[in-house]
Amino acid sequence: MRIYLNEKPIEIDAPATTFTLCQAFKPLADVVVLNSFIVKEEMDLKEDDRVTLIERGEMPSQEDLEALMVSRHTVGVHQKVKNATVAIAGLGGLGSTCAVSLARMGVGKLILVDFDVVEPSNLNRQQYFIRHIGMDKTQALRGLLADINPFIEVVTETALVTEANVSSLFGQADILVEAFDNPVAKAMLLSTWLQEQAGKPIVTGSGMAGSYSSNTVVTRKVMKNAYVVGDGHQEARQGCGLMAPRVGVAANHQANMVLRLILGESDV
Amino acid sequence: MIINGKPMDLAPGTSIASLIHHLNLQPEKVVVEVNEVIVTSNLWLDHELSTGDKVEIVAFVGGG
Repeated sequence: MRIYLNEKPIEIDAPATTFTLCQAFKPLADVVVLNSFIVKEEMDLKEDDRVTLIERGEMPSQEDLEALMVSRHTVGVHQKVKNATVAIAGLGGLGSTCAVSLARMGVGKLILVDFDVVEPSNLNRQQYFIRHIGMDKTQALRGLLADINPFIEVVTETALVTEANVSSLFGQADILVEAFDNPVAKAMLLSTWLQEQAGKPIVTGSGMAGSYSSNTVVTRKVMKNAYVVGDGHQEARQGCGLMAPRVGVAANHQANMVLRLILGESDV
Repeated sequence: MIINGKPMDLAPGTSIASLIHHLNLQPEKVVVEVNEVIVTSNLWLDHELSTGDKVEIVAFVGGG
C-alpha cells in the first residue's frame, strides 16, 4: 500500500504499523506523527496515511526539508519562491524580521545589506540574540538564517547605502525591501530604485512606532511598482519608540507583499 | 490636478517645490512622481505642474 513518509509517497507491505515503519526506516525516531497527531502507542497503518518520523535535533537533508516545504506550500508556490531573489536594505526591526519570514518560506536567494553592528538597544524588536551584541548585523543575521534554513543562498554586504551604490548592491534582486530607520534614506532609496531599476517592485515602510492599533498598519500601492507599509504617520520619537509587535506587524506586511509579488499578485 | 488620487485645485504653473511647501512636507523625506515618472528634487523648483497632471507624493516618517 502507499503511504506518505516525511511527506514523500512510498510503497510498503500491508499489514504495517507505526512500529514496523520505524524499525524499517528510522529505528532511532523519538517522535511519531500520524496524520498530524503525535502517537505514543503502536498504530495500524492504512492506505494514504501520512507519517512523520522525527529524531530530535537531527539535521534534515535538503531533500527532506524541500519535501516538507512543498507539502506545506504546494509545488508551484515552492518553485516560484525558491527561484526568487529578494534584497533587504537595512537589517533592523523591519529588515531582520522580514528576512526571517522570507528564509522560513524558502526564498532562494537573499541579499542583505546594513552598515551597523548589533547593540543592546536593538534587542527590543530586532531578531538578534545577546550573543550577537557587537557583531555586524549582516553576519549575525546570516548565522540566524542558517539555523532556520541552511539551504537558501544568503549574500551579505556590510555597507552604507547611498545613491551611488543602490544598483550595484541590489541590482541582482527581483524585489527590494526598504527597511531603513532614517526617513531621508527611505526617500533616497525609493527614488533611486524606481529610476534605475524600472519595472522592479520595491516594498517600503513608513509609520510603525508606538503601541497604536495593529489595524492601522496597512500595505498601500502608491506608485506603479512601489508599496508602502505602515500607518504613514507614527514616526519613532521621544515617548513613541519602536516596539516589537507593531514593527513585526509591518515587517510581515512587507514579507507578505513580497510573497504576493513573487506569486504574480501585484495588488495589495 | 490629481494629487495622491484626489483632485486638487492649484494655480497653473505651480511648481513641485511650492506644492510640497503648501502641503507642509519636509522635502528631503519626500519622493515625487508626475504621470508615472519620478521627478528628482533638483528639478522641483523648475518643474511646473499642468492641468490634468497625476502627481503621487510619498512622504516618509522615521522608524524601522
